[in-house]
Amino acid sequence: MAGHATLAKDFVANDERAHWHDKALWFVRHKRDNISHSLPEWETLRETASQVKLHTITHLAKYLEEFEANAKKLGVHVHWASNAAEHNEIVLRILQQHNVKRVVKSKSMLTEECHLNPHLEAAGMEVVDTDLGERIVQLQKEAPSHIVLPAIHIKKEEVGEVFHQFLDTEKGASDPGYLTEAARQHLRENFLAADAGITGVNFGIAATGGFVVCTNEGNADLGTALPNLHIACMGIEKLIPAPEHLSLFTRLLARSATGQPITTYTSHFHGPKPGGEMHIVLVDNGRSNILGSDEFRSSLSCIRCGACMNTCPVYRRSGGHSYQSTVPGPIGSILGPASDPAKHSSLPFACSLCGSCTDVCPVKIDLHHQLLTWRREIYVRGLLPLSKTFPMKVMSKVFQHPGLYAFGGGIARKALRVMPRWMIYNPLNSWGRKRELPEAPKESFRDLYKKRKRP
Amino acid sequence: MPRIGLFIPCYIDQFYPDVGLATLEVLERYGCEVEFPEAQTCCGQPMANTGCVDAAVPLAERMIEIFAPYEYVVAPSGSCVAMVREHYSDMLPLSNALQEFQAKTFELCEFLTDVLKIEHVEGQFPYKVGLHQSCHGLRELRLARSSETVGEEFNKARQLLEQMKGITFADLNRKDECCGFGGTFAVQEEAVSCMMGLDRLADHYESGTEVLTAGDMSCLMHLDGLNRRQPKPVAVMHIAQILAGRQPEGSVRVNATEGGIA
Ligand code: SF4
Repeated sequence: MAGHATLAKDFVANDERAHWHDKALWFVRHKRDNISHSLPEWETLRETASQVKLHTITHLAKYLEEFEANAKKLGVHVHWASNAAEHNEIVLRILQQHNVKRVVKSKSMLTEECHLNPHLEAAGMEVVDTDLGERIVQLQKEAPSHIVLPAIHIKKEEVGEVFHQFLDTEKGASDPGYLTEAARQHLRENFLAADAGITGVNFGIAATGGFVVCTNEGNADLGTALPNLHIACMGIEKLIPAPEHLSLFTRLLARSATGQPITTYTSHFHGPKPGGEMHIVLVDNGRSNILGSDEFRSSLSCIRCGACMNTCPVYRRSGGHSYQSTVPGPIGSILGPASDPAKHSSLPFACSLCGSCTDVCPVKIDLHHQLLTWRREIYVRGLLPLSKTFPMKVMSKVFQHPGLYAFGGGIARKALRVMPRWMIYNPLNSWGRKRELPEAPKESFRDLYKKRKRP
Repeated sequence: MPRIGLFIPCYIDQFYPDVGLATLEVLERYGCEVEFPEAQTCCGQPMANTGCVDAAVPLAERMIEIFAPYEYVVAPSGSCVAMVREHYSDMLPLSNALQEFQAKTFELCEFLTDVLKIEHVEGQFPYKVGLHQSCHGLRELRLARSSETVGEEFNKARQLLEQMKGITFADLNRKDECCGFGGTFAVQEEAVSCMMGLDRLADHYESGTEVLTAGDMSCLMHLDGLNRRQPKPVAVMHIAQILAGRQPEGSVRVNATEGGIA
């Protein structure tokens, strides 16, 4: 599998598009800055949210049992899935028991992670993603490139093309108002025809057994209000202890994600509607492994706001697909290797260690430190190629001998001074493709220091 | 008179000797007794950041030993100081020697503002300065308020530079975005790294930067490498050089495309 650097290079090669992508996401980061800087208590909110999440995940078994018991009291069917396959089977079985042919689904990164859609489609069902961005990538037969803004990599002209092909809009149309209206009409038909609605879960509340779904389009509400069957798919880390903790997270989530004070719809579900049926599928899929690791445990605090992607200078310039992982960007570069270290071994290196993700994260996950820890893990597990480890071992030996280091440095500088330019800037020198090397001085600092002392 | 062990990162030693000299001069000017222990080589950051901890550990151990005799350790690099202060504990067992070393190691600007409590900086620098906030200094050592976090603004490098006569600052569009150096990242993710650097430079060019400066020569090595291939490169200086009273004339490059020799 091509690593991140290779795909990133392709993305950067289209300079105009890469800059457009960078600016679109920087705009979101900027909105987030404006709104968070308007709250003097911002850092207190982050710290408190971080503590609440850490508390919850370190007492997860207790809160999960409490959540299950309370949800059952509300008349909800609760299912447990230890991995993606089990999750998909459970959902399929419920749908089949109800003779479901058409499903509407609001945004759920968990179902993306489990690849639910192809599983249901293989069983002859039609699944329509009702989040506008997700619907666009679904029609394009692509994966989302961002967890909050799934179609951020697609320009409005391209959306016009897709809609022209699938929704019969005018050719060449690119007006967002017109295209959104077309999508709305198209989705409305699907809402009306659906036999079941699937949603994700943003927050499960242990003390009540209820859960909250946040959207900007109201599609979770429509998708669950019309059909009688509602299945909510939920990662086991999505819990908070009690309703009084909720506002902390709803305030942080929308502000961090898009710079809004709150999502347009914050929908609370407490049991099935009259005559309806509600299921919650609780999914592990690797989460309890992360829970068992001291270094990476706090990555389970993630509320999937996407802020670390918007701020990441590498993500903005390489696009979500270059990560080849359901969740891209900084948090994805931690979760990806956790699920399959060999497959995602390049991700912790797709990072300049600038630390902006850590400072922006509303639940204060030390993202860039965990990325650094992953680099070490990848090395220890023997997943780093010799071309990377060998030079480091040689350098380490040289640096352990000051005489050898000074001598070697002198030779290298001399070589840089006397070698012809074409030899230095050869095709293997990837530093020098766009950059000059520093000018090599005759004397190093230590040479000059010696002279200075004994003039 | 504080007795200082001067910690000069390996690439500064080899490629930017004047930055080392400038650091030495600034510290001496403020009455420090400064010594450069010649046994030092590299703090181990390149190895540690690649994940090769076993290659970094012996270098970290050497550092602790070499600098043991000094009251303070000062380096003209936020990144190497962050390595010592924030990351040595990840690879070495906890010990008094380690903790002492971490507690006495400072980046140049923070040493001047926080330990020596310098309020007046002599000299003039009548240029529009573009201050690049190197990430490790910013978000590991907290040498300034990062744009992501909310709270009182502060900026230790700027606080010092502001004292100089005639100095003005470029008002950047993105005030603390990463330059894209990132150690081996610069080579491994060459395409993204260069795009990041060029974007930073464009921001500086548009904001009228005459002299680009930072607390880390590694960021500047990358940025200047790109800068020297541009039609109108700006002067690039380490902050220690400005504080030591150097002027940019000598380093303003006239013909950037030819061999990059000034
Ligand atoms: S890691 Fe933090 S910033 Fe990134 S998506 Fe999760 S909560 Fe948001």
